Amino acid sequence: MLTSLFIALQSATPVPKDIPLPLPLPEWLLIFLLVVSFLVHILFVNLMVGGSLLTLWSQIKGLKNKEYDILAHEIATTITVNKSMAVVMGIAPLLCINVLYTIYFYSANALTGLMWLAVIPLVTVAFLLTYLHKYTWKLLENNKPVHISILAVAVIIFLFIPFIFLTNINLMLFPEKWALVKGFFSAMTLPNVFPRYFHFIFASLSITGLFLHWYMGRKNYPFDTIFPTFSRYELKKKGYSLTLVASVIQFLIGPLVLLTLPSKGLGWNLVLVIFIGAAIAIPAMWMMWKGIQGDERTIDKDFKKVLILMTITVVFMGTGRQIYRSNALEKHRELVRLKTDEFQQIKKDAIPKSKEAKAQESTANLTEAQKGENVFKQNCTACHKPDVKLVGPPVIEMASIYKGNKAGLQSWIKKPGKKRADAPQMPGFESQLNQEQLDQLAEYILTIK
Amino acid sequence: MDFPMFHLDWLNNRMLIAIIAILHVIINHGLAVGFMPFVTWLEQRGVSRSGKDQITDLEWDKMVYKIMKVAFIITTTIGAMTGVGIWFSVALVSPASIGSLIRVFFWAWFTEWIVFVTEVILIMVYFLTWKNSNSSLKAKIRHINFGWYLSIFSWITMAIIVSILGFMMDPGNWQTHHSLLNGFTNPIYLPQLLFRTPTAMLVAGIFGMFLITLFTKKDTNLRTSAVKYASKWLLLWAPISLIGAFIYYRAMPEAMTANLSTAVGTITFAQYYNTLLYVAFAGAGLTIIIGIIGVYKTKLLKPYMVVIPVVTAIAYLGFFERVREFIRKPYVISQYMYSNLLLKDDYVVYKQDGVLKHATYTTVNEVTEENKVEAGKNVFTIACSRCHTAQGVNSVVYVFDRMYGGTGKPLDIASMAAYMPNMHTGRTFMPEFPGNEKEAEALATYIRYLQQTGDVLEGAQEEGITINPNNTASALINKKK
Repeated sequence: MLTSLFIALQSATPVPKDIPLPLPLPEWLLIFLLVVSFLVHILFVNLMVGGSLLTLWSQIKGLKNKEYDILAHEIATTITVNKSMAVVMGIAPLLCINVLYTIYFYSANALTGLMWLAVIPLVTVAFLLTYLHKYTWKLLENNKPVHISILAVAVIIFLFIPFIFLTNINLMLFPEKWALVKGFFSAMTLPNVFPRYFHFIFASLSITGLFLHWYMGRKNYPFDTIFPTFSRYELKKKGYSLTLVASVIQFLIGPLVLLTLPSKGLGWNLVLVIFIGAAIAIPAMWMMWKGIQGDERTIDKDFKKVLILMTITVVFMGTGRQIYRSNALEKHRELVRLKTDEFQQIKKDAIPKSKEAKAQESTANLTEAQKGENVFKQNCTACHKPDVKLVGPPVIEMASIYKGNKAGLQSWIKKPGKKRADAPQMPGFESQLNQEQLDQLAEYILTIK
Repeated sequence: MDFPMFHLDWLNNRMLIAIIAILHVIINHGLAVGFMPFVTWLEQRGVSRSGKDQITDLEWDKMVYKIMKVAFIITTTIGAMTGVGIWFSVALVSPASIGSLIRVFFWAWFTEWIVFVTEVILIMVYFLTWKNSNSSLKAKIRHINFGWYLSIFSWITMAIIVSILGFMMDPGNWQTHHSLLNGFTNPIYLPQLLFRTPTAMLVAGIFGMFLITLFTKKDTNLRTSAVKYASKWLLLWAPISLIGAFIYYRAMPEAMTANLSTAVGTITFAQYYNTLLYVAFAGAGLTIIIGIIGVYKTKLLKPYMVVIPVVTAIAYLGFFERVREFIRKPYVISQYMYSNLLLKDDYVVYKQDGVLKHATYTTVNEVTEENKVEAGKNVFTIACSRCHTAQGVNSVVYVFDRMYGGTGKPLDIASMAAYMPNMHTGRTFMPEFPGNEKEAEALATYIRYLQQTGDVLEGAQEEGITINPNNTASALINKKK
């Protein structure tokens, strides 16, 4: 009792052994796939979350100004497409992180198990609600509170789910904390989850702003037939403003994320990458500011440049994220490799020992009945004991039934029937025992005393 | 052993995976793989039904659009998320097996993912451009072609995943050459595909017929002819599905069939097995009857009558998945990893030293006279908890009590301890007990304790973990000194 208490209190670092199979690809290539595919996935997640937040805001505003209700409807149609892309694009990074960080990712999953699993029903419900919201626009036209509530519930779910992912992705980095965690909520309160959460939410708004700018400006988009009073310029400006404000806020949250990161994965390589990424966003923000200050003709001028610069920023941030992860886990992964090798060595040493032990058993000069006793131990003791009933009858009873009837006993063992009401039917041993073994077994059973 | 053990003590871990997976299979087969060609075919019928001056029969087209809308909403929400759910639940319950499979099948899954992305994009294009495509015949024909592309990609997604499923069940291959192509060339691959393809078509036809009766009014021409088309579809696929089921069963590798026959000898499995045959015939048979009524006595067919084959079709698929799961026992990866996630090769160490010594997470690492219950609990978590619960579905107390006659009498520790090391010889679907004798005794003590106290086993998601002092970072470093 005391020792187990002692074990529980010290925060030891577990070193499990890894799966003894090689990686299917060189590690650098897997990391590259992980970073790239994750960024594509998170882009659509951002658009889904940002889009639904924007739709909700716009639809509430639409209660007073019908034009905003139309805007809400237009953004709502993009959510259901972006959400499908978010899901399929999530599979590749999931695959990569599973291969690269098997021990870490799965351990974090198990420790937050129920909530991790809850991602599935929660997301499903949120998705169904977004469809319900989209397809009941006309039906619930005169019952806006109900219609808006449908979306509001979906938004609440969308806002909660990132916590689950961030908690997992954070927990996997700290094996030394695993023994201290009891369920999801205790893992959520580990440092860094909350700052990262807000970093994600404002990234969503920022990216959705740029998306709005592009979506409203598309040439084949029948803007004028959809919106009676809004102009393209107005909505593009709104998009830019959202992105700009969200990006400025990111400059406040970003340092907070960096400061709350546990020091174990910090390094100059990380700081450098993050600062370069942030620096690249500054000219983009300047161009958006100029765009907002300008007029209808100049608002599109630098859009492509803004897009390119922001993409580069995102790539740097995504890389920084991976650098922190590999810094944080570098030493522990080395220990896991040692442990895995150590176990392989133990196994190598154990094989000859076990062979020796087996050889000793079989080469000893045993009588036929003694050999039969070994066969019995191997195959029958599960259900039969020499002198008392277990699952089936005791051996002494068999001996009395089949006295002098070796063949009958053997054929029963091979293909048993069902005689007794108080015992389940015995499985047949035709495929498990050869004739030699059957002879030994019968000898043992019939000569038992 | 090497992962914190997630555990659901009432539902049973396997049941969790089974529920999610079967729901996914039903949606995937019934509303995607089989449904896309069904809908596209119906859409094409609409064009040929219309007069020369029309693009398509608009009333008909609207009905087909509606049933596609249902499929679209369900596949992109529940369908997609249960697909991810299989990953999530398997990673929780069976991390070592899915981790091993991904390392070997990375490219299969990666290819699968690319095909899947294409499928999702195509389904969005197909559904979301439907209304716009009714503007010209050229656009409509292009739209129908998209439907066929979509059908092909849905089928390929299934064809790839079947390779992975087939591989896990094929004994021996893991050791000899565990590569991607092997999954496709293994003897169970084609039969399984031969079974799944027509069955998907069949289930889709039933779902389709159900939706048709929902979306059309009684005694209209529209319903009569739509039901007739669906019935012909059923009559085409039902016999092929039955033949497929038969070929699949026949082609199961020798070792598997051997397992199956032993398994049939056990009471639980005999029930499953018989039901499977009944369900297969009932499923296909009922759809044939519905199909015949649909073609000759269309008006007699009521929506509630279609519900019956919908339920049997679901059971049909569900049971096949259950049997497929059962026959791979005692392995999760044939001849390589047992259902308890321990490697066959590693058993030599566990039998020599005991499992507790090498477990990363355990509250005790050696059995003593005082800690038997606690030690047994840890052994249970490591060696049994993937398939058995303490008190819930397939509980270890229940299976032992049933084995000893189902009397509910106190279980005998000595008999259970003696049974443990030999259990795999009589019950070939069970993996060999991995630990040493003391651990078997501790486990038996714990099982008896469970029976007497009604205690439950909490998983790592509730209780957290305790690290074995043998397997901490400091222990490892000290050893290396």
